[in-house]
Amino acid sequence: MSEPVPTMATEAALPTRTSTDAVMEAVDLAQSYEVSRGLFAKSATVKAVAGVSFRLAPRSTLAVVGESGSGKSTLARMLTLIERPGSGALRLDDTDVAEADAATRRRYRGEVQMVFQNPYGSLNPRQTVGKAIEEPLLVNTTLSATERRERALDMMKRVGLRPEHHGRYPHMFSGGQRQRIAIARALVLRPKILVLDEPVSALDVSVRAQVLNLLVELQESLGVAYVFVSHDLGVVRHMADEVLVMYLGRAVEHGPRDAIFGAPKHPYTRALLSATPVADPEARKERIVLEGELPSPFNPPKGCPFNPRCPLVMDRCRVEMPPLERKGAQLVACWAVS
Amino acid sequence: MPLLSIRNLSVTFATSRGPFRAVDGVDLDVEAGELVAIVGESGSGKSVAMLAVMGLLPWTATVTADRLTFDGRDMLALSARGRRKIIGRDLAMIFQEPMSSLNPCFTVGFQIREAMKAHLDLSRAERQARAVELLELVGIPEPERRLSAFPHQLSGGMSQRVMIAMALACKPKLIIADEPTTALDVTIQAQILDLLLRLQKDSGVGLVLITHDMGVVAETAQRVCVHYAGQQVEMQETRGLFRDPHHPYTAALLAALPERAQGRMLPSIPGVVPGLADRPKGCLFSPRCRFATDTCRNVPPPRAGAEFGFALCHTPLLAGVPQRREIAA
Repeated sequence: MSEPVPTMATEAALPTRTSTDAVMEAVDLAQSYEVSRGLFAKSATVKAVAGVSFRLAPRSTLAVVGESGSGKSTLARMLTLIERPGSGALRLDDTDVAEADAATRRRYRGEVQMVFQNPYGSLNPRQTVGKAIEEPLLVNTTLSATERRERALDMMKRVGLRPEHHGRYPHMFSGGQRQRIAIARALVLRPKILVLDEPVSALDVSVRAQVLNLLVELQESLGVAYVFVSHDLGVVRHMADEVLVMYLGRAVEHGPRDAIFGAPKHPYTRALLSATPVADPEARKERIVLEGELPSPFNPPKGCPFNPRCPLVMDRCRVEMPPLERKGAQLVACWAVS
Repeated sequence: MPLLSIRNLSVTFATSRGPFRAVDGVDLDVEAGELVAIVGESGSGKSVAMLAVMGLLPWTATVTADRLTFDGRDMLALSARGRRKIIGRDLAMIFQEPMSSLNPCFTVGFQIREAMKAHLDLSRAERQARAVELLELVGIPEPERRLSAFPHQLSGGMSQRVMIAMALACKPKLIIADEPTTALDVTIQAQILDLLLRLQKDSGVGLVLITHDMGVVAETAQRVCVHYAGQQVEMQETRGLFRDPHHPYTAALLAALPERAQGRMLPSIPGVVPGLADRPKGCLFSPRCRFATDTCRNVPPPRAGAEFGFALCHTPLLAGVPQRREIAA
């Protein structure tokens, strides 16, 4: 990487709704991994996330959209303090937890909880539902066994599970109910932020609607903020207040939901929207089918990462990385958008 | 005579907890050059019904049908040897997981040529030439070089293109595509769907598309069958189905889609698909149906006529309103 990497967003350029009371603020978060490429080859560096910034307001939902390889799961791992960011700052309560010591990070882990994609893999099959929901309390609090049980039963009620489910095992539940268990486990510590990594993509349509409704209800009653990682734009449009579109580790467009869906500016966002099938055979819409696939993250293209597939590509795009700048209601990283 | 004709197809699996009817009385006709979609949630029997047509079910399955013909031949009466002559040649299938459907031990070229070797009378050089031509057709750059690639060297989208090339190898009359784009990203899904539609239009092959994605159905199919708990609950032209669904399940399924939602709360369908133990006595959808009556709970529903999309319902909907009908004796 010889070219100078411009910073994606300065603090001033961020979409500031309530600049003071953000529950979470990420500034230029980046993460790269060393990947071995065999016994004799030099190991390569993959920039999984290269500079992502956002502010998350209380009780709001930020959706992170992107295809596989866009770095959205790596971002989720950094936000949940599972991984320490390679660079950048992650502020919770004005404390930079990216730089903080292990004890501080452990304390803040309770504030950011996660729900994983696959409820069949994320629950221990040998642990009863009650035990699974109580475990965060056992690890992070000094509550007695009775109090833990009470808290778990209360949370189970909130997510629509019955008290008799407490002693049952995960295999006795359907996919939708398992996802309810996973949500209860994530919320039992009363976090301020819940990171949801594709929470409904493993569920059927009818059950998906139930879980999405539950998430809306819980946000209203508990006041929790969501970081909603998804590739399903129909679901994102329904859930999000703000949308962050990622491509190859970078934010290409970031702004309020209505701006992103109503007037998408970045050619990748527009292609993504046009490629998403709409459940209306009579809808006429712009059809942009992108050529090719996501480039290898080992060897990202020079300039704008989207340039090999972009329909609006210019000479400048192949040389220089576009900065994430305010264009209308949203931030866009593209030379072709004025 | 339709290319594929199915009447009253049922599949029962022998399980340790007794027989389980995975497919229950399914009818389907597919003409040459037609694109029919089968939609349903997991466990609705949509894949099993098509695997039964292909003869790919395990020995625990009992397949019965009043009629199961493909290209004028009775698939049920056919010997195993006779069936093997047809499937892979006139009747091909594309599976859901391209990464796990290809054999990791052989090059993709070998796997594409294998079907031709079994079914067509071509020389080695002709098979090689046809394989190159096929990869070009499905839009794989540098086809000669890709033929010697192993599946792990290809991305998901490329693997699915190889699967499509394999299905097309012997110029089939009908292709059954089982969730061909579910494992792929949206932009790649758009590429693969465009490819399938183009091939279907150009070659006039019949295509049965199994999917759970209503968006994919709306953008591709001419006709749609909706499956629920093994039964075919509705069959309509695509436009009609989205404009005026006649079965309450179809209506509820469409209403539950976030992109069609009006407010913050989605009109969800309560409960889950019935399993082996809790199969209702009457209509299988009655415990979750908001229009259910006592009749629905106790008497299995009759099939309505074409004006009601062959809905399997006592009171099929017309513009969202249940219609009372004479209950068939």
